[in-house]
Amino acid sequence: MKSPEAKAMELVCPAGTPAALRAAAEAGADAIYCGLANETNARNFPGLNFSPEELAEGVAFAHRKGSRVLVAINTFARAGDVGLWREAVDTAAQCRADAVIAADLAVLDHAASNHPELRLHLSVQAAANTPEAIRFYADTFGVKRVVLPRVLSVPEIASLNKEIDVETEVFVFGGLCVMTEGRCSLSSYATGKSPNLTGVCSPPEHVDYTEDADGKLQARLGGFTIDSFEQGQAAGYPTLCKGQFTAEGKTGYLFEDPVSLNAFELLGDLSKAGVTALKIEGRQRGKAYIAGVVGAFRKAVDSLSDGGDPGPAIGALKAFSEGGRQTAGSYKKTWR
Amino acid sequence: MPDNPKIELALGPCFFNWSAERLVDFYRGIAEEADIDRVYLGEVVCGKRMPFTDAIWPDIMEMLTKAGKQVVLSGLAQPVNKREREILRQQAGYDMPIEINDLSMVPGRAGQEFTAGPFLNVYNEASLRLLADRGATAWCPPVELPLVSIQKIAALVPEVDIELFAFGRLPLALSSRCYHARAHGLRKDACQFVCDRDPDGMNIATLDDRRFLAANGIQTLSDAVHVAGVTSGQLQATGIRRLRLSPHSLDMVKVAGTFRRFLDGELTCEDLNAELAGQGLPGPVCNAYLAGDAGWKTATLPA
Repeated sequence: MKSPEAKAMELVCPAGTPAALRAAAEAGADAIYCGLANETNARNFPGLNFSPEELAEGVAFAHRKGSRVLVAINTFARAGDVGLWREAVDTAAQCRADAVIAADLAVLDHAASNHPELRLHLSVQAAANTPEAIRFYADTFGVKRVVLPRVLSVPEIASLNKEIDVETEVFVFGGLCVMTEGRCSLSSYATGKSPNLTGVCSPPEHVDYTEDADGKLQARLGGFTIDSFEQGQAAGYPTLCKGQFTAEGKTGYLFEDPVSLNAFELLGDLSKAGVTALKIEGRQRGKAYIAGVVGAFRKAVDSLSDGGDPGPAIGALKAFSEGGRQTAGSYKKTWR
Repeated sequence: MPDNPKIELALGPCFFNWSAERLVDFYRGIAEEADIDRVYLGEVVCGKRMPFTDAIWPDIMEMLTKAGKQVVLSGLAQPVNKREREILRQQAGYDMPIEINDLSMVPGRAGQEFTAGPFLNVYNEASLRLLADRGATAWCPPVELPLVSIQKIAALVPEVDIELFAFGRLPLALSSRCYHARAHGLRKDACQFVCDRDPDGMNIATLDDRRFLAANGIQTLSDAVHVAGVTSGQLQATGIRRLRLSPHSLDMVKVAGTFRRFLDGELTCEDLNAELAGQGLPGPVCNAYLAGDAGWKTATLPA
């Protein structure tokens, strides 16, 4: 069993490009997660992610700055093509990555069997939220850390940590999955592409905007109209679970409002709950965003462990959220 | 040509919050009249509903078993609290067929046989093999997995029986948030079990009033009703041995009979869709996940 508050929580930051990786390392990330430029990672978007050469250079740069690099190979391997995912694990090991973040039993098995020295983290896409499930991954593959799905409240995370020996990592800032990660096929139902099948959610090539007779902008995904914006209002991206729908005669954000996650005010509670690492979402973000958010979190985490005031750093983060509206999500039980 | 065994029919677990009385009546009808080989039972969506139906399952199991059906107990897909985890731990030890829908249950099963349910993320042959090594003898693939992938996996892991989700609103997502409660201005902890008002799920429409999804507590389903109109010959060629029909409020005995006639070659795929559409489906027919396309669409499937 771990002792809570043994040390400062680790800050795990996203990098979709080599420039973002350098920005995160410069801004004080303890660890940086990134993916290879193919379907082996859950942010498989054009213009994002790393070639093997870029990954090797990125790892070397991060290590010089005292940061670790975690490679997300967190999609589910396609039937008959598991080799591509196994090669991604081999590449991460060759590039001297500090850990691989995986969800698929096949990928975990390959890493555990062929790269026993490579640290394994269980991706949020595996949706392991009970001590029994987490122990299964720890006992079967030697997983050292689990990224928790956003279904647990802070007290539930505390009680979970008392029952497991592996480290826990939680999302604290950025995009928010409303459905349990790794257990959602809404995107493929509308578009044919989903996180589990192809590493994308609500893909941009299936998005279109049209102006209706009243001048309102209608946002569609896969041909389904799921949001609407008044003239002059900033048009949001039609992510399926954050769209507007009608049920029981009422129209509104049925699943979740267009908010982003900010668990900043809960950092102290998460630390007391025995959480090892804090994860920032946003591999699709530019280096300015990464530098700003990582810098603010660095100050907050440091002031938390030094007994300082994290207030100014919290204020700075508000500016980085989509549309300015934020939620603590499932960490507060009333969200459910 | 080798004599292929007949494609079997299974009845999946009921996803919806039906009352104990309704469930007893429903399964009595299945036991007495349905041409179904295997029946999956139990609450898989919401642990809060379990106390209302706990007491009825032993009698239903006995009734179905006496009627010659193979009974399989389906486990909860997203256990969250100690009570739910304890239930799964006990069920894992039962000396009867079970379906596992969350990996929490695998260690407790300790190598005894189980069915790997559609809520597990098994997308390739290596993951299925790993579960087969731990006791999986049957597998119902995730609903978004196309037939070509299922065929590849079946060829590489032939010892596992494959059962295709073939009828019903598609189970698309789970959440920790209850959408029935949210739509009724309630919280999950004080939900008043409002999900019992929608025996096929709560209809969800887009802004241009197009039916799209259906909510069932913490679960989101499709509005459209998936119908796998794949012929027996093609199912055998794909390596599929059984079709799973997911319970809805229409006459499931009739639905099973229609599928049986389709599998026996008495109906074409068009006949199957037309007959089912006339039986009171909760939404239009869809099937395109099987062709690797968007799930709500309809595609021409291999005949």
